This record gives sequence, structure tokens and C-alpha cells, in this order.
Amino acid sequence: MIQFSSTHLIYLIEAARWTVLLSVLAFIGGGAFGLVLALGRVSQHKWLRWLSAAYIQIIQGTPLLVVLFLAYFGLSILGLDIEPIIAAGLSLTVYTAAFLGEIWRGCILSVPKTQWEASNCIGLSRAQQYRYVILPQAARIAIPPTVGFMVQIVKNTSITSIIGFVELARAGQIVNNSTFQPFITFVFVAIIYFAMCYPLSLASRHFERKLNVGK
Amino acid sequence: MSVNEAAGTRPRNEAVPGAEPIIVVDNVSKSFGPLQVLHGVSLTIERGTMVAIVGRSGSGKSTLLRCMNALDETNGGTIKVCGNAVAMSDRASVKRLRTDVGMVFQSYNLFPHLTVLRNITLALTVVQKKARVEAEKIARDVLALVGLADKAESYPEQLSGGQAQRVAIARSLALSPKVLLFDEVTSALDPELTGEVLKVMEDLARQGMTMVLVTHEMAFARRLADIVVFMHQGKVWEAGPPAEIFADPKTPELRQFLSSGL
Repeated sequence: MIQFSSTHLIYLIEAARWTVLLSVLAFIGGGAFGLVLALGRVSQHKWLRWLSAAYIQIIQGTPLLVVLFLAYFGLSILGLDIEPIIAAGLSLTVYTAAFLGEIWRGCILSVPKTQWEASNCIGLSRAQQYRYVILPQAARIAIPPTVGFMVQIVKNTSITSIIGFVELARAGQIVNNSTFQPFITFVFVAIIYFAMCYPLSLASRHFERKLNVGK
Repeated sequence: MSVNEAAGTRPRNEAVPGAEPIIVVDNVSKSFGPLQVLHGVSLTIERGTMVAIVGRSGSGKSTLLRCMNALDETNGGTIKVCGNAVAMSDRASVKRLRTDVGMVFQSYNLFPHLTVLRNITLALTVVQKKARVEAEKIARDVLALVGLADKAESYPEQLSGGQAQRVAIARSLALSPKVLLFDEVTSALDPELTGEVLKVMEDLARQGMTMVLVTHEMAFARRLADIVVFMHQGKVWEAGPPAEIFADPKTPELRQFLSSGL
């Protein structure tokens, strides 16, 4: 039987790079799409509000696992043979967008109505109001919950191991299959996840204090 | 603020002869759901005058001001500002209104994430498309006018209430509006801070700026307004020069309001 060694540890750490990459993909894709959803939710156009709300409701009510299966197996049935990384990135984007969209909607709405009125009175168009007055203030409010949600994204990437994508969790399974030392293997897996998430939690707390949210 | 009423009166501004009134409110009504707050209000405001709208809380005076600036939609009647009919739903009309009218709020409503200077230059650069240098020059000029030239780089949270309100006035002034609306601009201030804001408003009045203010500062209205309008239960009850309004109230409602010690 092979002993758990530094080679295995290095293998895990290398796999963790995919976890980071997936998290970054989810955050960039989900963030961009999430912003569109958040603006849609507070739009003046009824059908845009409805469409965004429907999307958010449906995705929030669907397990990430199911979204992942739909992206990986569902699309291949439709004749689109996609790589696990694409399916994983796509489903995490779809999932992240729904949650960030809803978080950011709340942040936009928490900017006082009087800021809309004051910027309206000096002649700013609605797009200019968002760009110069509303979104910068909403962004300050959004930083702590957004960073907090990123922790969830990092951990949720582990679910992509199910479709065979070799990120940290899948790498842990592979190492365990060859060493049969689940305890030590998954302790290391957990430590690496923690090493990625803890700085984010610290950052979230730091921003919360710095921005005096809830002052 | 103590006001020496006898010595402090200013020469009344005369309406410019032959000129169109700057604001014409005609038979305006407004409801919030089942609650009707304006019942057929009519009011004419001449260029270069200061009009003070007084009355109890809930008399509809702030709502009237907000309707004049298309922040609230009227349910009936018409409002014309600089000859342009005000309609919230008509974008072109609102856009024109924004170039004609400046508004100052009770809670200042400065943009907290921007410096004082940027608060003032924002609309100059973004809406009026002025160059940054030119916009900053205008901003520094209006800041000097309200006595806050040294606060250009400060953030709103670093200002006192009185200073914040003067910046808000400067922000409106920078866009050179034809008329300025003041919605209870001293109501959120400590008594010792109201004086500095009223002083700025007095300077503006002396320079001939057309101003409409909703106010509880009766001494100020009495001393400086050209016309005082008394509103009660969503209607204009009485309007006229302060000497008449204060000395010789025609209606028991105004008499009661004046004697209530406001």
C-alpha cells in the first residue's frame, strides 16, 4: 500500500489550482451576469423585472448539482459535446449569477431614494444616475456580502468532481483510491479549502469594519 | 437666529414688467392613494421674486414644491415653468425643467462618496459636458459664494449640517438655474446653524435670484420674502406681501396659524 506522501500533497495543491480557476470563472461570469440581473430586477420595465425575478427564483430553487447535470449531460444529448471544465464553469456561472443578482439588488435598493431625487434634479439621466451616484454607493454596501458569498463559491466548486472534473475534491478521491488513507487525505483537502476560504472571510470582516456597514 | 425685523427688511423686488411669470400653477390637485393633499392649487410666481410658502405640516406645501419640479406627478391641473409645461412622463419636458430649476432638500442629499468639489462638478461635466478645468472653476466660484472655498476637497461626512446645506445650495447654483426651490432647508439644522444657511439665501435674494421656499422660518419669510403664501389643508388660503399677510390676516385659519407661535 502506498503511503500518503509529499507527492500526494503536491498533487492536491496542483488540483487546487483548478478550484481557484473555477472559482474565478464563476465569479467573473456570475458577477457580470449577476449585475445584469440585479439591474433587471430594479428596472423600470415590468417585463425585465419579471424575467430577472423568474430566472433568480428558478435557479435559486434548483440544486447546483442538477444545474451541473443539465449542463454536462443535458447539452450533450442536444448534440453539444462539451468539456467538463466548460460545463463546470457554465453551471457555476449560472448559479452564482442568481445569488449575486439578488444580493446586489438589495444593495442597490438600500441606497436612499433621496439620492435618486437629488441626482435627478441636477439633470442626470437614469444611466448616469446608476453610473455616478447609485452603483458606487451600492458597491460599498455590496463588498462584505459579496466576498462572503465567494467563500460559498469556492466550496461549491467541489461538486464539479461528480462529472469527473479533477479539482481539489476529485483529486482527494483519487489520492484516497491509491493510498486508502481517507482520514489524512481529506484532512489535507479540508486544510487546503480552508487556506483558500479563510483569507476571504477575513477580507469580508475587514471590509465590514472599514465601511461601517449598518452605521 | 435673532432678526431685527425693522432694520433688516430689504427693498422688495418688483416683478420684471411685461415678463412672463416664471412659474404658473393652475388648479393643481394631487392625491397619494385615497389621501388628497392638493385641492386645486393656483399660484403665480414672478421672475426675480422670493416666494415663501408657509403652513402647518401636512398642508401640502412640500408636495406642491415637488410637483413644480416633477418629483411628484400631479393628478389634475397644469404647472408651467419658464413657459414649459411640467409633465413627469414627458422626458423632453423634464430635461428642460432640469436646466431651468434647481432644488435644495431638507436632508441636503449630497453624494456621500464624492468630494464637495465633485458633488458640484458632476452635473457640469456629465450633463452640461463642460471640460473638467472649467467645471472646477465654476465649482470653486460657487463654493466661495457660500463661504466654503476651503472645503472643496472634503467629503460630505466631514461637514457640519449648515456647511452641507450650503454645499447643496452651491451644487444647485453651479448649474445656473433660473429658479431655485428650497424644501424646508433649515428644518434639519440646529438653531445656531440655520443662520449661516439663511444668510446665503438672503445674498441670493439680493442678487435677484427667483426663489420659492417652503419654510417654517417665519421671521425670515417676513423680512425677506416678496410674497408669502399660506397653505392649509391642500389649498392656498392667502397670498400677498408679508406686511399684509402678517399684519392683517384675512382668514381665521391664518390668524390661528400665526398666533400658534411658529
